[in-house]
Amino acid sequence: MEKVEKILETRELNVNMGPQHPATHGVLRLVLEIDGETIVNVTPYVGYLHRGIEKLGESLTYFQGLPLTDRLDYVSAMSNNIGYVVAVERLFGIDPPERAKFIRTIVGELSRISNHLLWLATHALDIGAMTVFLYCFREREWILDLFEMICGARLTVTYPRVGGVRNDVSQEFLDSLYKFTEEFPTRIPEYETLIDKNRIWLKRTVGIGVISAEEAINWGLTGPTLRGSGVQYDIRKHTPYDAYDKVEFEVPIGTNCDTYDRYRCRMHELRQSNRILKQCLEKLPPGPVMADTPKFTLPPKDFILKDMEHLIHQFILITKGPTVPEGEIYVATEVPKGELGFYFVSDGTGKPYRMRIRAPSFVHASVLSRLCVGHLVADVIANIGTIDIVLGECDR
Amino acid sequence: MIVEVNMKFPYMKMDPLAIAERIKEKFPLEVVDVVSFRDQVSVIIKKEKIVEICRFLHDDPVLDFDHLRDLCGVDYLGKKEPRFEVIYHLYSVRHRHMIRLNAQVSESDPKIDSVTSLWAGVNWHERECFDMFGIKFKGHPDLRRILLPEDWEGYPLRKDYPLKGPEKEWSGFAEVLEKAKKYREFDWEG
Amino acid sequence: MLIDTSTIGLVEVEEGTKVLPPNLIITSIDKVVNWSRLSSIWPVTFGLACCAIEMMAAGAAHYDFDRFGIIFRGSPRQSDCVIIAGTVTKKMAPVVRRVFDQIPEPRYVVAMGSCACSGGIFRTYNTVQGCDTFLPVDVFVPGCPPRPETLMEGMILLQEKMRKEQARWSMWR
Ligand code: SF4
Repeated sequence: MEKVEKILETRELNVNMGPQHPATHGVLRLVLEIDGETIVNVTPYVGYLHRGIEKLGESLTYFQGLPLTDRLDYVSAMSNNIGYVVAVERLFGIDPPERAKFIRTIVGELSRISNHLLWLATHALDIGAMTVFLYCFREREWILDLFEMICGARLTVTYPRVGGVRNDVSQEFLDSLYKFTEEFPTRIPEYETLIDKNRIWLKRTVGIGVISAEEAINWGLTGPTLRGSGVQYDIRKHTPYDAYDKVEFEVPIGTNCDTYDRYRCRMHELRQSNRILKQCLEKLPPGPVMADTPKFTLPPKDFILKDMEHLIHQFILITKGPTVPEGEIYVATEVPKGELGFYFVSDGTGKPYRMRIRAPSFVHASVLSRLCVGHLVADVIANIGTIDIVLGECDR
Repeated sequence: MIVEVNMKFPYMKMDPLAIAERIKEKFPLEVVDVVSFRDQVSVIIKKEKIVEICRFLHDDPVLDFDHLRDLCGVDYLGKKEPRFEVIYHLYSVRHRHMIRLNAQVSESDPKIDSVTSLWAGVNWHERECFDMFGIKFKGHPDLRRILLPEDWEGYPLRKDYPLKGPEKEWSGFAEVLEKAKKYREFDWEG
Repeated sequence: MLIDTSTIGLVEVEEGTKVLPPNLIITSIDKVVNWSRLSSIWPVTFGLACCAIEMMAAGAAHYDFDRFGIIFRGSPRQSDCVIIAGTVTKKMAPVVRRVFDQIPEPRYVVAMGSCACSGGIFRTYNTVQGCDTFLPVDVFVPGCPPRPETLMEGMILLQEKMRKEQARWSMWR
């Protein structure tokens, strides 16, 4: 007997997962150290999509940097744009008009819904529920059509501008949006009936990836991933921007700190977002959509086409950039994934001296090594899904 | 399972300048300058006691900075002396106040103590800072490059690094190009 | 035995294909092989960046790639096409090449999006300026990101290309 034990020594196995793996949501690579089916250690490797956006941003003016932010978190490009313009506005010290603020809130919440839908679709697909994927994409297409109606693009929108938004929304858009807000709440139960009480879903999400509130804050988690652990941290409430202080909404939190609670949180957020949309539609004030601060914002297109002065003014703003006060500023906004922060160091020229992006996915990806340990290999997929990462934002 | 409550627990928000005063009181020799811009306050400090200062901010019940929002580096080549700054954005989820610490790091000795013992989430931020600026974090458990490949040369976010990269291609990519050239003769040509 | 085609009712339905009702078809092997190949293109699920989201949208219910016989496969060894959907970085390039090398012949490459075509807006130290620097690309689909319809057009172009191939079934190496 002794002899057999000597020959049959056991040791941990290293398994490589990714970067090309259908369930890693992009190009994440994990090296799993497993003992049988149990995970001993996980080492995430990121950087396969590092495009140098921070460096590129330093060579572009504040206006030109905006399209780069679409490509960060491409699932909710609109929220990223808003994060960027809110930060730049704070740096410039300008305030957009009311109507623009409400429109931004509308598109921000729409993008939150579309992000959570895509998250649910892929998360469910990874765990094995194909139908949810098709259902979610049906509604997502609807939202993308709405985006197309206001700015002509589906994914990389670049609609908000420093000092307001690019153009006013049409009545047609508002009508379709109203129809959407009426219809969408009836669609949420459709997804829920599919998975809420599904035995497989429960088995694979309840009690998986548990992280306590203190630990979650310590790891720097934000957004629904943190709120699933029962922490009331939502930047829309803490430091309101745009029109969030003028609408009512609740911040759902979880109690069990696991994957299932985070899923429930996001489902509730869908409802709350819809609620915000409805209020914005009701309260949408008339007026201009671009701040009238000639030193920092571009003149309206009609004027540029008609008279020389505005044309020259726009030319200078575009080529040289505005003259910005010197200083440094960090502004965070609540994007669907968590806290997106922009940190600018300005040296007085039209280009940021340093542009730093605090991406929620980057922090969330690092927590994987903590979440997966002790679970089975199959739960890695559930854990990757629950933290809701996008690698474009993680690697920048 | 979901409890929906309005955010109405009591909190004590502190003025950032008052926080800066407290730091100055506690560490008078460390604070170089306090700069205020658009309601945000940066406390410029020397790097030697960074862990002590952070521990004080983290543990003090009135300040209670439990959330490290961000850590990054800035390269002030030719603008300021010392050349680098490591920026800490601290936030208190409980009290909802924020402060920024700028720790000065010189070019000749690009090292600073790691604060991973206080915030676990800072681990990757420090690795990224090392990757991009070449600032070493003493006491970091696993200081490797994170975004770029292990054998990459140079530190991209330094101001003297060209945007389009150096002349010499990274060896890994050069290998791929080589391989592609070699295999081209096997491609179907129709 | 030679069949005298003028006496029996052979109908030429298109150039090079004749049909004898009810079920005899005379055509070249090229045509059969190409037809079967182009009606079931299986690309690898290989999303790199933003364009991958549009690729997913193209595969989902609204645009429905399945009706072209395009079904995404998880493993490169079971597929015959790779859609490079997104920015290829230098760190990723060896992996992309490896995935391509794992696909069995005949294989095709579709470069989707400006990034894959030319590097797009990212002219930086870590982006590859166009994946044609290290892969034989068949179809370039421009756009940032290309709409699903554009990708569909690209796939139809690829099918057109496959339809015109000759003798890609033989021991051509
Ligand atoms: S082409 Fe545009 S959308 Fe596609 S990966 Fe590049 S940046 Fe993203």
